[in-house]
Amino acid sequence: MEGIEKTFETKELTISMGPQHPATHGVLRLVLTLDGETVIKCTPYVGYLHRGVEKLGENRTYFAALPLTDRLDYISSMNNNVGYVNAVEKLFGIEATERAKFIRTMVAEMGRISSHIIWLGTHVLDIGATTPFLYAFRERERILDLFEMLCGARLTVSYPRVGGVRNDISQEFLDTLYDFILDFPSRMDDYETLVTENRVWKQRTVGIGVISAEEAINWGLTGGTLRGSGVNYDVRKHAPYDAYDKVEFDVPLGKSGDCYDRYLVRIGEMRQANRIIKQCIEKLPLGPVMANEPKFTLPPKDLVLKDIEHLIHQFVLITKGPAVPEGEVYMGTEVPKGELGFYFVSDGAGKPYRMRVRAPSFVHASVLPKLCEGLMIADVIANIGTIDIVLGECDR
Amino acid sequence: MEPLQIAEKIKEKFPDEVLEIKEFRGQVSVTLKKNRILEICRYLHSDPTLDFNYLIDLCGVDYLPKKDNRFEIVYHLYSIKRRHAIRLKAEVPENDPAIDSVTAIWAGANWHERECYDMYGIAFTGHPDLRRILMPEDWEGHPLRKDYDIKGAAKEWAGFIGVLDRAKKFKEFEWKG
Repeated sequence: MEGIEKTFETKELTISMGPQHPATHGVLRLVLTLDGETVIKCTPYVGYLHRGVEKLGENRTYFAALPLTDRLDYISSMNNNVGYVNAVEKLFGIEATERAKFIRTMVAEMGRISSHIIWLGTHVLDIGATTPFLYAFRERERILDLFEMLCGARLTVSYPRVGGVRNDISQEFLDTLYDFILDFPSRMDDYETLVTENRVWKQRTVGIGVISAEEAINWGLTGGTLRGSGVNYDVRKHAPYDAYDKVEFDVPLGKSGDCYDRYLVRIGEMRQANRIIKQCIEKLPLGPVMANEPKFTLPPKDLVLKDIEHLIHQFVLITKGPAVPEGEVYMGTEVPKGELGFYFVSDGAGKPYRMRVRAPSFVHASVLPKLCEGLMIADVIANIGTIDIVLGECDR
Repeated sequence: MEPLQIAEKIKEKFPDEVLEIKEFRGQVSVTLKKNRILEICRYLHSDPTLDFNYLIDLCGVDYLPKKDNRFEIVYHLYSIKRRHAIRLKAEVPENDPAIDSVTAIWAGANWHERECYDMYGIAFTGHPDLRRILMPEDWEGHPLRKDYDIKGAAKEWAGFIGVLDRAKKFKEFEWKG
């Protein structure tokens, strides 16, 4: 506006975007102070979906708190479950069986694809491209069908268990999954033809919401949001859990830390996830899917129905919870959104004394003012999409 | 660097501040007094051999019946460059629930500290914008405290009473056929 003589009066305008707004991906409310279309100040308000998961977790046994984690990031519940059971296993000091580890890695990567693909669909839809959204949901449907085949549930799966997984996978499931991953790269090419070099898309994302590597680390960003700035931090590589140290994959990195680079990183992650699933199927070892740790894992159901010893054992574990050693454990896992951490303080009882959920979306939402201020109001939408938040996880 | 070495290094540098060093499942936690926490964090962040540039998490724990100092603020630190981690715990007594804010060192601490304030009522001195974050601003009590009932406060939240009143008012427009 410099150089133009001001012959009229301007006024700052404060508007509330959300909590009921299709582009805020849930119940996020942003109070924006605008000068024309430029955002001067942006204040996020969260908490509309607060259910007190941490408080509830403190009042349930370790087994019973598992379904709560489904409801954190409800579009990638498989990954939350995997993160939760890994943390609990670390606290208990037990390990899952080899086969269970591979299965978990496989389903977690399926969850990653399904989460990223819904991110891709909604993010480009927010910016104005309708077609990829429809295709994206077609692919997501195939993954959800596979989850249904696996455990009967499509969204709130609760499939992994402390010490392994709920049930073994069938050959039919493996065949269908193999068909999917053979098919998936070509579908990815389709999306990329539609979006990656699209001129409108590039104009809306290149150079928007830039955050430098140092700032991104300082703000505690994780996942694709961090790697878009070129920081090579991936929990799967830094502190491998499950079978991630036995499969090969690359960590895609961005350079400039803008919306476009974060887009490229997540696209790359989907291709890598596909690669991991392929290796998991090929390397899948034989054996039991549940660790034999009678003090900490539930006995097999068929034995519980037959014999009194196992019935008593299950009854005690379910009602009282296991006798957990005293101590505290933090365990982070790489979920599609970033680093999901669980911090448990155990006082020896069957329930956690303190259960803390370190939610990536919560941290990512806090960086919104930094990304949005000084940009246009339309870029706020691009920024909300690019940091990939789910408010269920943010508010817990 | 091994986590125990880091703990020893902290103890060397701040011998009066370290209360306890504990290892469990390969993770080391260093319990500290709260007064010089900002200084300790600044040291951990800026020392080139430690280089803790990433604050994974900051949260509170309430040890109501168990410990003399009721609260603990737990910092999980990680160095992306050097790939090592440490857990700091600062004890905060009930009669003076306040501790220095570390937002000046890690910007990401901002919302974590707000959440901790919201859930435990611990004030962070020097925090730029200390407000409730997950609970409504006029909420009474701090939900994650151990003496806060899981069913919630006995008194209904004022905002919810307002909603109920409005619902009652709109009842007259309901279809009665």
